[in-house]
Amino acid sequence: MELDVNGQMRTFDAQPEMPLLWVLRDLLRMTGTKFGCGMALCGACTVHVDGQPVRSCITRVSTLAGKKVTTIEAMAEDSIGKRVQAAWLELGVPQCGYCQAGQIMSATSLIRQNPRPQDADIDKAMSGNICRCGTYPRIRAAIKRAADNAGSAG
Amino acid sequence: MANARLSRRDFLKTSGSLVVAFSFGPLLETAGRAAMADGAALKAVSLDQVDSFLSIGVDGTVTCYSGKVDLGTGVRTALTQIVADELTVALDKVRLIEGDTLLTPDQGPTYGSLAIQVGGMQIRQAAATARAALMSEAAKRWQVAPGELTTADGAVRTKSGARRISFGELVGGKEFSLSLDTGAPLLDPAQYRFVGRSISRLDIPGKVSGEFTYMQDFRVPGMLHARVVRPLAIGAQLASVDESSVSGIPGLVKVVRDGNFLAVVARTEWGAIRAAQQLKASWSDWSGLPDESRLWEHVRATRIVKNDITSNVGRTEQALPRAAKRLSATYDFAIHTHGSIGPSCAVAEFRDGKLTSWSASQATHNLRKQLASMLSLPEDQVRAIYVEGAGCYGRNGHEDAAADAALLARAVGQPVRVQWMRADEHGWDPKGPPTLIDLEAGLDTAGRVVAWHSQFYVPAGAAGTVPLVTAQLASLPHETGMSPGNIINDTALPYAFPNVLTVAHRLADTPLRPSWIRTPGRMQNTFANEAFLDELAIAAKTDPFEFRVRYLDDPRGIELLKRLQAFAKWQGRTSSKHSGGDTVTGRGVAYVKYELYRTYVGAVATVEVNRTTGAIRVKHFAVVQDCGQIINPDGVKNQIEGNVLQTVSRTLKEQVTFDRSRVTSVDWASYPILTFPEIPDVDIALIDRPTEKPWGAGEPSAAVVPAAISNAVCDAVGVRLRSVPFLPQKVLAALKSV
Repeated sequence: MELDVNGQMRTFDAQPEMPLLWVLRDLLRMTGTKFGCGMALCGACTVHVDGQPVRSCITRVSTLAGKKVTTIEAMAEDSIGKRVQAAWLELGVPQCGYCQAGQIMSATSLIRQNPRPQDADIDKAMSGNICRCGTYPRIRAAIKRAADNAGSAG
Repeated sequence: MANARLSRRDFLKTSGSLVVAFSFGPLLETAGRAAMADGAALKAVSLDQVDSFLSIGVDGTVTCYSGKVDLGTGVRTALTQIVADELTVALDKVRLIEGDTLLTPDQGPTYGSLAIQVGGMQIRQAAATARAALMSEAAKRWQVAPGELTTADGAVRTKSGARRISFGELVGGKEFSLSLDTGAPLLDPAQYRFVGRSISRLDIPGKVSGEFTYMQDFRVPGMLHARVVRPLAIGAQLASVDESSVSGIPGLVKVVRDGNFLAVVARTEWGAIRAAQQLKASWSDWSGLPDESRLWEHVRATRIVKNDITSNVGRTEQALPRAAKRLSATYDFAIHTHGSIGPSCAVAEFRDGKLTSWSASQATHNLRKQLASMLSLPEDQVRAIYVEGAGCYGRNGHEDAAADAALLARAVGQPVRVQWMRADEHGWDPKGPPTLIDLEAGLDTAGRVVAWHSQFYVPAGAAGTVPLVTAQLASLPHETGMSPGNIINDTALPYAFPNVLTVAHRLADTPLRPSWIRTPGRMQNTFANEAFLDELAIAAKTDPFEFRVRYLDDPRGIELLKRLQAFAKWQGRTSSKHSGGDTVTGRGVAYVKYELYRTYVGAVATVEVNRTTGAIRVKHFAVVQDCGQIINPDGVKNQIEGNVLQTVSRTLKEQVTFDRSRVTSVDWASYPILTFPEIPDVDIALIDRPTEKPWGAGEPSAAVVPAAISNAVCDAVGVRLRSVPFLPQKVLAALKSV
């Protein structure tokens, strides 16, 4: 099986029903994307498929032929992703950090679609990404910081 | 181990010098992955030795060995700040090894907000001892009085600056062989360069880039993947297993059955998941849980094994009947689960009969004892190593996953990784037990409290070790008692009423395996105490700040409340100013002196209550905290923000549900937690006391959240919520009853 992950064609041996999450984590050893619930209820496994946020834990790898998968490991090279990551560092967002890859992927997608998200936009776009440590206020602030930085830069 | 240690110490004695050559280099390089050496103690780990906590390499790198671990709270950074300051070295010269039973001292589990307060202070004292020894060694070399020397930037130098020798040159790669000196002079806090500053957390870059290796990401060579197949009912017996039901799964290695413990092992993680889903097994019926709809009747009817009188002042039983006005109320607090975003995970490997266990356990030293006991191994044949996992807020499923992995690694003869699925975690982790509280108090005609009587119905037991579910299922040796945590803390009051009687009725049983979850007992008890106090203040027609301060004789507590009053711009209750309308705003205050001897916290909650839907929206929290010396102000704020949000979630939304056989709240739909649209703003003011001891910051602020919300709701709509969670239907029922 072949898949475009972060701009590289990767080859692996997987059953077609295997969700993308375990292809990434177990077969490709890209563990930045996290397992949280396996039911698309927590957002920890969020990646981008053709630029759209999807939950990799319920996305069968057989549905991804010809599509581009982007993960947290590629965000440093993404024009918006790197600003999101920089804002996360500036504001010291993570506590345990386990949900943060998913948060960053959802936030990057949000800013790409809406360069100036307001609180209501953030609530809507991020409500599927849960955080048990309670870092939501810092995530909100960091999204605004990243959006500001993206705006001023371009 | 003791013998090996003794023989080396004998050698040290005969060597006659402060330090002897003994390299830690190769050990450290492989510390994370090394198999155990042959029963030998490679380094000191006792609490009374400097070498247990610290070593200095030839390049001046300081390695700190901490029994307390970073559970995602920032402790790693804070401990690094403490060591760097006390040894006067740069921050990037310090590295930390955490929670490895072979290398780190047993400083107790990382719980109870003690990592800095206890663990950090042991490490600080070891560093102070080391610093004094370094100066003394240099003084001997230079034939000068130690008083002429000082240290800075990883070197000893004369106060004149004429001579200088780096720590690496002085002792690099050698042991101190020194007892920890509890009298070794500490640096004047005015000289600290890092303590008291918001140093950026060392772990955050890796957590933002995705490169950080969590327990859930950790692998060892030759590792297999496993899933445990849970019984359909908690006490069900495994009748039969049809292994042919999984024979077609690619990469399946083995179906492992040991009593009622059933698991599948496969070469890939997906193979293990598929096999666990497909495996056909039949279980006996079991329905030993109580009726959830009558939980509180069940708790009240449970046999009491002892009564802990946690405070007894005056003659409460005589004073209460004579009070001009008497109030009584019953409070309850639901069963909660931990809800870490990453389910528990562990890896285990047997080599030459010795077990190495990697897990995110908050208590690797206790885990080692439990694994050894379960597998009938000598303790020194087990090494338990901490690898940080998803947030740990108490004793969740990590130890059980470690036991699963150990049992399976032994069964298949290869390293095994066990990752719990979400339903395993929600269904089988140990729970925060249900808490039921009866309160009664009396006021005199002037509205003064004359007596207070409270009774708490909580499981027996303390912190200890929670029985391993693996051992229970496989009928292997395990503890039989309950360990719910020290849940009778904060049953007694910080207020000086003339007559007070507080009693904890310790129950023989509780519906689900109990453990401690962040702020165990202190949260439930403070909820009842501070909400009932608000009931008294209302009955006395007194401002709740004024009412509290009236009964405090503690200057730090009074100062905290005054600061909070100003910080929150408190202008009295808002209830009198309400007009009509569906959505009403209210404010409430709550206060705690944690465990009555440490961290002070007060909070004012601002809430909106919708009278039509019964929904509560927590809009804002103002928090003031005094935890003594602050190591990292932003780290403390981070913990307070997290406490407030997590506890708003617990207070408004969370309760474990169950039928007669099993937990039924096994995912995020049936056990919802707070999401983005529901979060409050949090403003925090810290009272820093640089010359005081540091107290805990990870838990205390959670204690005040439920009562502050209850008090604010009462201010808004005039009804008292006494049952956590404050679900809309409870609010509507309360509104209808007035």
